[in-house]
Parts: sequence; structure tokens; C-alpha cells
Amino acid sequence: MTGFIQCVLSSVTAPAAMIPLQPPAASTIAGGVDKLYYVLTGITAFFAVLIFSIIFYFMVKYRRRSDDEQAPPTHTSLALELTWTIIPSMICAVLFVWASALYVRNARPPAASNEIFVIGKQWMWHVQHPEGPREIDELHVPVGVPVKLTMTSQDVIHDFYIPAFRVKKDVLPGRYTSIWFEATETGTFHLFCAQYCGTNHSQMIGWVYVMTPTDYAEWLAGGEQTVSMAQQGERLFSQFGCGTCHVSGNNGRGPSLAGIYGKPEKLASGQTQVVDEGLIRQAIVNPNSVRVPGYEAIMPTYQGQIDEEQVLQLIAYVKSLGSEERTNGQ
Amino acid sequence: MSTAIADLHETPADLGVNYLNANYGIRSWLLTKDHKRIGLLYLATITLMFFVGGTAAVLMRLHLIEPQGALFEPETYNKLFSTHGIIMVFFFLVPSIPATLGNFLIPLMIGARDVAFPKLNLMSWYIFITGCGFALYATLSGGVDTGWTFYPPYSSSFSHTHVVAVALGVFIAGFSSILTGLNFIVTIHKMRAPGMTWFRLPLFIWALYATSLIFVLGTPVIAITLFLLGLERILHVGIFDPAVGGDPLLFQHLFWFYSHPAVYIMILPGMGVISELITAFSRKKIFGYTFVAFSSLAIAIISFVVWGHHMFVTGQSIYAGLVFSVLSFLVAIPSAIKVFNWTATLYKGSISYEAPMLYALGFIGLFTIGGLTGLFLASLATDVHLNGTYFIVAHFHYIMVGGAVMAYMGGIHFWWPKITGRLYPDYWARVAAALIFIGFNLTFFPQFVLGYLGMPRRYAVYPAEFQVLNVMSSAGASILGIGYVIPLIYLTWSMRYGRAAGPNPWRAKGLEWTIPSPPPTENFEEIPIVTEEAYNYPTSGVASV
Repeated sequence: MTGFIQCVLSSVTAPAAMIPLQPPAASTIAGGVDKLYYVLTGITAFFAVLIFSIIFYFMVKYRRRSDDEQAPPTHTSLALELTWTIIPSMICAVLFVWASALYVRNARPPAASNEIFVIGKQWMWHVQHPEGPREIDELHVPVGVPVKLTMTSQDVIHDFYIPAFRVKKDVLPGRYTSIWFEATETGTFHLFCAQYCGTNHSQMIGWVYVMTPTDYAEWLAGGEQTVSMAQQGERLFSQFGCGTCHVSGNNGRGPSLAGIYGKPEKLASGQTQVVDEGLIRQAIVNPNSVRVPGYEAIMPTYQGQIDEEQVLQLIAYVKSLGSEERTNGQ
Repeated sequence: MSTAIADLHETPADLGVNYLNANYGIRSWLLTKDHKRIGLLYLATITLMFFVGGTAAVLMRLHLIEPQGALFEPETYNKLFSTHGIIMVFFFLVPSIPATLGNFLIPLMIGARDVAFPKLNLMSWYIFITGCGFALYATLSGGVDTGWTFYPPYSSSFSHTHVVAVALGVFIAGFSSILTGLNFIVTIHKMRAPGMTWFRLPLFIWALYATSLIFVLGTPVIAITLFLLGLERILHVGIFDPAVGGDPLLFQHLFWFYSHPAVYIMILPGMGVISELITAFSRKKIFGYTFVAFSSLAIAIISFVVWGHHMFVTGQSIYAGLVFSVLSFLVAIPSAIKVFNWTATLYKGSISYEAPMLYALGFIGLFTIGGLTGLFLASLATDVHLNGTYFIVAHFHYIMVGGAVMAYMGGIHFWWPKITGRLYPDYWARVAAALIFIGFNLTFFPQFVLGYLGMPRRYAVYPAEFQVLNVMSSAGASILGIGYVIPLIYLTWSMRYGRAAGPNPWRAKGLEWTIPSPPPTENFEEIPIVTEEAYNYPTSGVASV
């Protein structure tokens, strides 16, 4: 189906062969999205041609032949009205179910995804790998491995878009959003900011390098940065004096952080929330909003004293404290 | 043909006493309470705004001929697309058909001497030009670079441009919309001539009634939203910027709660115009009157619950996405019903092809493509890839320019003989209509492909592989630009030199065609009594009067 349409398209536009018609499709998500896209294109073409042909036929057949010509009276037909209400409704229902099922599947990362962190700031992309390496406006990923990006913004709203993977998600200040993909071929692909973010928005672009797993492992090891995110977080943890209150066990002035990641936590507000990246971030920048019962509201806010990259490193450290429990839990 | 009839009538110098020559002088215009003159005041204002916004668009397209940008710094480019969007949406498209043709025609079509509140009507225009003043001041004194969507925290905490002045302009102009909507609703309810029942109303009136509902219900929301934005920008009250405790997605919810219905403010009146044109030039009663009428209301109502489809990639919940997706598919159905009914109206008609009909047929074609490509964006999985790219730009220009502006041009050409009492040269009008149609498609069709390839919108510079399609688009824009300037010339020319049109040059049905062109100040010497349904063709020979 897809191949046939592409074939038709390329034969129609043969003289203008230098015009690209399809972006590279290099993720497990791309195939499904493209199939839906081509079916939508087919539906659009079918109805457009149908309506244009009917109009054109009527235009010629019923053209006015004399200025005093009169048209016969119009008869309304309920059957016709119902036909052209019900058929489009049914087509829309099928499209909705198809597109939604695909979307829901594409929105959920597989459990065993490699996690990489992205921070958008005017006008560059900061990427940090848990193993330590950082990059700017570049993203190195292994082929054939699901990768989950956890993203936030240091300033305004950005949008992380890799056309070849058909993935896109807004990157917002003050919260985490995520996307995932599994690249299917090695190569270099565009990375764009797709949400207008100010003067140099169009230069907030970069490249995604998809490598074989061995090349990727080599690349990870070859970088200058050898300290992992969790280790950097541990340094920050002591630098900010976090450990004076958050000691292990129940007798600190703050709750113990060991093993809390991924577990539900009852908060002083009465709500129970699963401890995820967003909650840990909130606990650092606005601690009293997520206070744990039994502890006083004495933690100062770190908003403005700590940047998004450091928050991510602290989160990585907290996660590493709970890594054993989490592995057992799953 | 119409020209033959025109020859039978008076010489251009003698059109009798009418609303245009009943009194003279600038005061008689600036203090007028005549709905027809107020319509013309709006026409002059929005024509100016259209050419300001259009100039920005042409400059943008010229800039994009080169991947590295041919003309401007990115900063200037950003201001150009922001100015283009803000001027075209808030100061041209929203008031276009309602404030000009709506003002001029509603009383004429329902058999009234004026709108319900003539003084309020004049005040609406003054409010509108005050808003225009702020927008033009901001543009000329350095511009604004937020895009027409004003997303915070960029607009509230980061942009160094004239955000407040522009937002204030939009805020003020909004009151003009609200008052105009109110005026129309009351007029349509209370001032219909005897016998003009709801189901004898021309469909143009139904469409404007639906539009007025959106004006009244939706516009306050954008006013409040921009007010809050100003509050955050000036006083740093944390509403939208998370750095001061706000939520940036709250702005997007509020903004689109108005701005999606606003799309229908722009297109519904156009659909009303098309119903008038298709019937007049095929001399047929509309096919499925009640379906066309109620689909306008259905669109107005559903349009208020689809705003979330602008936010599928913002990280809103999957379930919210599913609900907004199904509702967005739902709003496509009444639009499809209209297209099929217009097409069926042509069946066995007596179809002629003067300029207004060319615009009407162009509208159906372009609106069909615009509507169908909307399905790509209502579909969640494809929207993720296409959102924020040139596909979006192409889609909404097919609706707003291919749809709304084509209908506006068709309407202006159709009622121009009524408004001015004179005919324009039909040959030039057809040439312009063809140029606009060709130029439009060449400008915007390549943008669908660009979007699918992944080129994001609002890019001042872009990767070289997108150049060919961008050059095609820019070439189209220059044709489109010429297409819009030609009518400005011959319509202006015709006001003085055009042949007298007579009361009904198209031999169309409708109360507005039963009175002289231009109409007398009081419209109807005697209030007509309506005894038949709308579009009760066939007409018999030469129109009476």
C-alpha cells in the first residue's frame, strides 16, 4: 500500500526528482505513523477528486445557456443527507480508533528503556547520559534499543522533535515530559526545536547519531566525562548539605531517601503519590508542597540556587539509592 | 448576462438619492449611525490591516527563498510572522465578513431599517480602530516577536518586544466583537420583517447568528487571558510562568478555548456567503436548507470543546488527548455536510461563472482540502509528527485563506454592485480570481510536503534540503500578492467609473436585491412582507422593481 502510493507519487513528480517527498523513517514508531499518513492521504485524495469531479461535471453539464434560463425546483432528499452524514462519520470513527490505538502504544515506553536526560535552554539542547557523558545539540543513541528521554526546560517552552523517528514532545519549564523511541537504522538524523522559543529558535537544532551498540559503548567510554550522573549527584548531595537531615533510617530531621524511588509515598496533604522524577524535583525546589507527615516544614527551597542539570543529577543519585529495591520489585 | 441589464439603466452619474450621497462630509461618515456606512468604515479599516499583514507575509516568503535567510536577521523575521499572524487573525479575519458584509447586509436581508442598536454599532467601530491603533503602534515602534499565540513564559518573562501594547490592542478589539455579536443576535431575533420566519432566513443570516454566539461567548475568555498575561508581564504575578509559581499550560488551555472557536468565527460567515453565491449563480434553492442551517449551529457549539487538539504534544494526559481527538473528528462532520449540500445544489442548476461564483467554487475546493487535512491532525498518532510543522501552516491557511478569504472576496464581488451601485469589470475580476486560486495553491500546497518532511514552522533559517519547496511556496506568494492588488485597483476604479448596476444585476433572490443600488438610507420605503422561502428560484424574467 505505502510502497504503491510512493511509487505513484514518484512517477507523477519524476521531472522534479530533486523534491523530497518522504522523510527518512528510522524508528519502530515511524512505520505505523507513515501507514496511517498514507491512508489519510488516500482518503483526502479520494474525496477531493470525487467532489472536484462532480462539481466540474455539473459546471459543464448545467452551464447557463441563455440568460433567461430557469432551473427546475430543488427536491431535498433525506436519504442523501443521511448517506453523507453516516459515511463520513464511520470513516472518522475508524480513523479515530486506529490513530488512538497507535498513539497510546507510541506513548508508553517499554519498561527496559535506556534513559537519557535532556534540558532545553535558549537556544541549545543539553543532553546528559546517566553514565556521565554530556553533549550539546547532539544525541548519541544505540540502534535497536529503546531509549527514553526525560526532558525539561531551563527557561521557556521548547519542543524536542526528531522527524525521522516521528516523535515530538513539548519541553516545559518546571516539569518533566518524556518520549521514547527505538532507532531501527544507524545514521545521522535531524533534531529540531518545534516550539517557537525566541530569537534563535531556528538555530536550536542538532543531530541524532544512531550507532551500533558496540560503537555506542565505545563512544560512552571515550568521552572526557567519566563520572556518572549519580556520582555527580552524590557530590552535590554533600555539597548542599542534604545529608545532614536526610540520613538513612528514621531518626533524621528529614525522611530517609533510600529506596523511595518508584514507591508510593503518603504526603502531608493527604494525597498518595508515586515518587518519580517530577516529585523529587518538586521536593527540591518547593519542599513544603510535598512534605511527608511526621517531619517538620524546615527544608529551605533550592529554587534559583540549583540549575536543572544539577536537579537531574540529584534525582539520579536518589534513584541509585533505591536501585536494589526497584530491581527486586520488578 | 448582467451587463445587458446594466445598459438599460441610468448613466453612472445618476444613481438617485441613496445612503452614499444623502449627505456629504467627513462628519457625516464619522458620526453615522447607518449600518451600511458603518460597514464601509470597517471595510476601509480592515482593507488597510489586510495589506499591512499581507506585506509582512510577502516579506517573510521572500526571506525564505534562501536557507540561510535572504533578507533579515532572525529577530526581524520573528517579528514579521508575529505581526502577520496577529494582524490577520485579530484585525482582519475575525471582523472581515461579519463587520463589513454582516453590518451591511443583515438589516437588508431580514427586511429591517437598521440594526437593533445603531449607536452601539458605531461605538464598536471606534473600539475596533482603537485596538488597531495599538497594534499598528506596536508594529511601527519595534514590533512584537511572540507569534500570534503569545505563549508564556516567553511572552510574559523573556520577550523584550511590545507584547503589552499588542495584547492591549487585541483586548480592546475584542470588545468590538462582543458588541457586534450582541447587536446581531438582538437584530436577528427582534427585527425580522413580517413573514420572515427563522426558516425563511437566508443561510448567511444563520451563519452570522452562529458566529455572533461565538463572539459573545468566546471573546471574553481571550480578553481575560491576555489581561492575565499583562498582569504577569508588568507586575510579575505568578500565573503562567513556573519560575514565579504559574502554569504555562493554563495559558494554552485558556488561549485555545477562545482561539479554536475563533477559527469558526472566521469560517462560518464564509460558509454563509457561499450558500448565497452558489444559489444565486445556479438559480437553485439550496439543497438541504435545514441541514446547512443546523450544521452552522452544530459547528458553533462543538467548536467550544475541541481546544485540546492544539495541545496533543504538550504532555497533556493521554485520556484528555483521546477525548479531544474524538470531538475534533466530530466537528468535521457538519462541515462535510455543508460541502455535499453545496455540491448537490449545483445539480440541474442554471450555472453561470461570473467572478463571485469563481470564488465560491474555489472556496469549495480549497475548503475541502483544508478540512480533509484536518483529519491528519485530529488523528493523534499523525498529529505527533505533524504538529508544529509547516503541515499545520498549510492546513490552516487552506481554511483561513482558501476558505475565509476566498468567501470574503466572493462576497465583496457579489454585493459590490449593491454597496456602490456600480459594476466592476468582470474580466479583470475573473483574472484576479484565477490568479488568487493558482497563487494560493502554489504557496501552500508545497507546505504540506514540507511539514511531512519535518520542517518546523517559525524558522528564520532552515536546512538546505527544504529549499526547493520553499522557493515554490515563495513564488506562489508573489502571484497571490498580485492577485490581491488587482481587485483593490478595479474596485476602487469602479466606485467612480463603473457602470450603474441596477437593483439586481445577478437576478438573485433575497430582499436586498428588491431595493435600489445603492440602497436609500432607510433601506425599505415600506417594510416588506415576506411570503416565500429563501432562494425561491426560478426567477421570472427580469427582476421586478
